[in-house]
This record gives sequence, C-alpha cells and structure tokens, in this order.
Amino acid sequence: MSLAALFFYLFAGVAVASAFMVISSRNPVHSVLFLILTFVNASGLFILIGAEYIAMLLIVVYVGAVAVLFLFVVMMLDVDFVELRQGFLQYLPVGVLVGMVFLAELVLVVGSWTFGAGVTGAVTSAAPEVSNAVAIGRVLYTDYVYFFQAAGFILLVAMIGAIVLTLRHKENVKRQSIPVQNARTKAMAIDVVKVPSGKGL
Amino acid sequence: MAIGLPHYLTVAAILFTLGTLGIFLNRKNVIVILMSVELILLAVNINLVAFSIFLGNIVGQVFALFVLTVAAAEAAIGLAILVVFYRNRGSIAVEDINTMKG
Repeated sequence: MSLAALFFYLFAGVAVASAFMVISSRNPVHSVLFLILTFVNASGLFILIGAEYIAMLLIVVYVGAVAVLFLFVVMMLDVDFVELRQGFLQYLPVGVLVGMVFLAELVLVVGSWTFGAGVTGAVTSAAPEVSNAVAIGRVLYTDYVYFFQAAGFILLVAMIGAIVLTLRHKENVKRQSIPVQNARTKAMAIDVVKVPSGKGL
Repeated sequence: MAIGLPHYLTVAAILFTLGTLGIFLNRKNVIVILMSVELILLAVNINLVAFSIFLGNIVGQVFALFVLTVAAAEAAIGLAILVVFYRNRGSIAVEDINTMKG
C-alpha cells in the first residue's frame, strides 16, 4: 500500500468515526469538538488530491469561525442537554433503517456507475503550470465574478441579519444619543454663575 | 489499489448518511441538527472537489467555495435565531418551536 493510500484511509477513517461521534455523543460540546476533527480530516483528504485552497479555506472558515461560533452558542445557552436527549433510543431504529437504505442506495450508485471517458483514474490538475489557488483565482475573478460578488453579498446580509437579530436594548443603560449631542448649544451646556466674593456657592 | 474517485465518493456518501442519521436521532436538539446539516454540506463539498480533481476541471472547486460561503452564512443566521429563541422561550427543544402553529 502506498503512502498516499495509507493517508487516505487514515483521514477517511478518522473523519467518518468523528462524524459518527458528532451525532452520537452525549455532550454537545464534545459534538462540536468532533465536528472540528471531522473538518480537519476532510481538509487532509482535500490536500491529498491537490485541492489545497479549499483545504485551507475549510480550516480557516469552519474550524476558525463556524465551529467556534457553535462552541460559543453551546456554552452560553444554559440548556439541559440531558433532557434534550430523551427519545434518542426511540428514534434509533427508524433512523438507522433510513440511514442504511440511504447508504445502500448511494453505494449502489457509486459502485455500479461506470465513469465516462473524461474521468481519469489519477489526480489531474486543470492548470498544471500554476498552483491550485492561482488556478481558482483565474476562474473565480473572471468567469464567476458576479457569483463572487453575490457570495460577498450573502455574507453581508448574514452579518447584518445576525446583528439585527441578537442586538437588544436593555433598560437602565446609558447610551450615546448622537442627535441630542449634536443639538447641544452653548446655552444648554454652560451655566455662568456669578459667585459673590467671600461666600462661596 | 490506487485511490480513485469511487473512494472519495464512498467517504462522501458515508458522511452524508451520518448527517441525515444525526437529524433523525437528535430530533429535539437544534444545535446538533445544525451540526448535522454542516456534515451534509461537507459531504457535498467532498463530492464536488473529488469530481473537480478527477475530471481536471477547476469549476467544481469554485462551486465548493460558494457552498462553503452559504454554509457559513446559514450557520451564523441559524445560531442567531437560536439565541433569540432561547432568550424568548428559555428552551431550544424542537417541540417547543410551535409559536406559529405550523
């Protein structure tokens, strides 16, 4: 077995095992940590077939942002997760049944499909003379520039949406009011007091 | 046996199945359901990237990039909705999410 095959089975095995732990672990914090492990191993799989840019993006976006977001939410919500697991065993038979049917269908499709002439047995690079990131950039910023802009717009909308949803104004908190600040005049702000000498205020 | 496209497709199929199984098993916990959705999207991304590499066509990786973007936006919005819901109802159980009587 070649080294690449060995690493493929290592990454794939750990990814599948940790994906199983994501859905079956008792503690959601453990679920998030196993999700991170799954993503790291998936990016290892991507590096193996030469998609380095997507692999790095997976680590930066998923492990760095999304998984940490999940971790924050899981740890900040004071939820009784044991109670939420009631009925886990009740749903287990039908879930496993549906999953097995699903997996059997997918494996049948993958196993019986004969790939066309375009599919090569080995890893083929679309542009062998440049690196993966350069090749993606050449396509992304020319043919798909509108889609790229749309993706940025989706992220903007998501950011504004998340802020608008979770921002709340508490009572009894002193806040800056810019119109009131701008409307201040000298007469409102300064009080000139004539102090009689020797008496104080 | 050299590692080819069927190997990657099988890994993606197993991950996809685990994601759907997670939605079935953790029917009460919205957070684990969202994580299962992330697993499903990861499986889709593995499919896209594997086909992109073995066909020698870079467009699959560009599409995987867009899937990644939408997945990140979905996670952010979903968790924000979850936080707001918890603030209002004090629970995140799926059967309590029935305000709209849908």
